[in-house]
Amino acid sequence: MLAFRRGESGGAMEVFLQQLINGVTLGSIYGLIAIGYTMVYGIIGMVNFAHGDVFMLSAFIALLILLLLTQMLGLGAAPAFIVAMGASMALTALWNYAIERVAYRRLRGSFRLAPLISAIGMSTFLANFVTVTQGPNNKSIPPMWDQVITLTSGGAYDVTLSYRQILIVAVTGVLLAAFWFVVQKTPLGRAQRACEQDAKMAALLGVDVNRTVALTFVIGAALAAVAGSLYLLQYGVVKSTDGFVPGVKAFTAAVLGGIGSLPGAVLGGLLIGLIETLWGQYFSSDYKDVAAFSVLAVTLIFMPSGLMGRPDVEKV
Amino acid sequence: MTALLSISGLTAFYGSVQALRGVDLEVGKGEVVALIGSNGAGKSTLMMSIFGNPRARDGRILFDGQDITDMPTHEIARLSIAQSPEGRRIFSRMTVYENLQMGAAVAGFAGFEANLDKVFGIFPRLKERLKQRGGTLSGGEQQMLAIARALMSNPKLLLLDEPSLGLAPLVCKQIFETVKRLNEEEGLSVFLVEQDAHHALKLAHRAYVLVNGAVTMSGKGADLLRDPKVRAAYLEGGAH
Repeated sequence: MLAFRRGESGGAMEVFLQQLINGVTLGSIYGLIAIGYTMVYGIIGMVNFAHGDVFMLSAFIALLILLLLTQMLGLGAAPAFIVAMGASMALTALWNYAIERVAYRRLRGSFRLAPLISAIGMSTFLANFVTVTQGPNNKSIPPMWDQVITLTSGGAYDVTLSYRQILIVAVTGVLLAAFWFVVQKTPLGRAQRACEQDAKMAALLGVDVNRTVALTFVIGAALAAVAGSLYLLQYGVVKSTDGFVPGVKAFTAAVLGGIGSLPGAVLGGLLIGLIETLWGQYFSSDYKDVAAFSVLAVTLIFMPSGLMGRPDVEKV
Repeated sequence: MTALLSISGLTAFYGSVQALRGVDLEVGKGEVVALIGSNGAGKSTLMMSIFGNPRARDGRILFDGQDITDMPTHEIARLSIAQSPEGRRIFSRMTVYENLQMGAAVAGFAGFEANLDKVFGIFPRLKERLKQRGGTLSGGEQQMLAIARALMSNPKLLLLDEPSLGLAPLVCKQIFETVKRLNEEEGLSVFLVEQDAHHALKLAHRAYVLVNGAVTMSGKGADLLRDPKVRAAYLEGGAH
């Protein structure tokens, strides 16, 4: 690590480093959710307002399975979490598949606002469904992997890296790499990108567009479920209204990075996570959301298509 | 000659505008058929409605004896009909190679390497541009790519919508020669829409003239080429 002048300046460097670690952790979660927004927007040009609630739902699924496995079956934390995350990915994917089928597919050829309104309805439905079935309060899991690695000590402030944070960043990294490989290198990903660019032409080449769109929702939900499970692991609690704020933040991340761009979604997620934690530390934690959204507004003024978005200039 | 594609009484609308008014048309196995007509006559609509886009309001479309009128677009494509459509519609954010892969995917990449060599033989330019994004190609190169992509799927029937559009006369001639060769050597059936009526009629065994969404004339390419009405309207600088 860097050579700190420990003790001097009240541990400013340590505080900064600690918040950097926290920001990257939070940003990883935002990035995973943001991919769901950006992929759906890319392929059908729709902002899926229910995506934040799908994320919340996935955290609840993970919570229930985790509690079942650890409290009732007495499974250890590590295998239980792996199973819970996997099951949450599968079940949330199934949910999102059903949502697309029921609420969006029929409206795809309709005017642009129709699926958007349907998505807002679906968002309300999911939040209320979870409130009714699980109650409105925070649900918690017992803390897991709360060991920490102390990076610097002896200063005014110890910089720590928790096992959980390592796990979150590592899982995010591995999954993003796998996801990137699927999109860029496999026939499936190629068909997905083709539908994104010109669905009519893709159909002329034998691509089943409906199936590809459904698959996009399934993949987006699976990644949101990873985010949901990791969020639960990191913060230990989840409640039925938790879909909204992370959802809006992740959407902001997707727009900041350039909606439609996958690397942009991840970059946007990390930036929003960092801005939020650093602003909370140095200025005011009450205004941390304002800071994140202000950065978005300023960025869009100077770069209307986001940081990595492409303005659609094409030769004709 | 047995009909590969047989269209009868085809009617289609764009919104409330009637684009096709009862079209009857046939493409035989191993035949090159041209469709000529002025702008807005419904040529491209006819091409696309074979793939159900727009869907036929009335009439039937048979391919290889199978009724495809109400089949989903992607399933029609899987019957080995390939199209190089109006406006080329290449995937501009994919590389040339990926575009060709998209073409081959519907046939399960059967004979991929051989097809690749074949299209590079026809369009050497594409080989030079292999790693470039489709959107960075010139208009003519995009046209070549659209045709090459269609050829990658080993089609039984090739639909070409304005293959000469945007191409230099030399390349254009080359494309017509290629179509002729593929037809003669491999027995590929081709249905061709063209503004360049002269070349199209010379190439085609048979041709149809489309006016306002209805077929007004049909016959052997060579006969139509000599027909005074066709000459006046499409060949001697009439309605272009």
